[in-house]
Amino acid sequence: MTKKMAIIATKGTLDMAYPPFILASTAAALGYDVQIFFTFYGLQLLRKDLSDVKISPLANPAMPMPVPMPVMVQMLPGMESMATMMMKQKLKKHGVATLEELRDICLEADVKFIACQMTVDLFEFDKSEFIDNVEYGGAAMFFGFAGETDICLFV
Amino acid sequence: MNFDKELNARGLSCPLPIVKTKKSLADMTSGQVLKVIATDCGAVKDMQAFADQTGNTLMSTAEENGEYIFFMKKK
Repeated sequence: MTKKMAIIATKGTLDMAYPPFILASTAAALGYDVQIFFTFYGLQLLRKDLSDVKISPLANPAMPMPVPMPVMVQMLPGMESMATMMMKQKLKKHGVATLEELRDICLEADVKFIACQMTVDLFEFDKSEFIDNVEYGGAAMFFGFAGETDICLFV
Repeated sequence: MNFDKELNARGLSCPLPIVKTKKSLADMTSGQVLKVIATDCGAVKDMQAFADQTGNTLMSTAEENGEYIFFMKKK
């Protein structure tokens, strides 16, 4: 019988966008039937354009920095964009796929994406800004699948 | 070792070597052998785990000049 995995993706930053897509694409490669439920900030990962997905050094003391940086400096305008650019360069240098690539791999492998209808309404997101391969539903719909999974993760 | 297809996964990090191995195997027939060349040291354990979980056979793993060479026989 096919194994199943469900992931709840709740974060919309560059660093936290990777785990759901990496785990989903790997599980799909191993033959799992996979669904990801995107809710709250995780919905940002469904946008056609992912260029606004960023990483912030602020309130992120575990993030390795090339030089120690006081919080007062991390707050300055442009620091977020700089940290994002540096992180993307690092990912590229290490041969890590881009978010877009990983998301495409998931879609090609028939990973099902579900967007939380309640948070789409709450944040007044425009569905036309999301990719096409998204189903809209609520928690109960997700449980229909999640309740029968072998692995269920909250990211 | 004889093989039917080669996959160049040099320079790719997790999970790409596994994802691309799965894709390459999809176009092959049962019993054919795929050669995979990777540079990610994490691929050594991942390829074995992939084989164990998918039923394909990892015939050999070798390291040569910082590259990892795998021969995977399709189920």
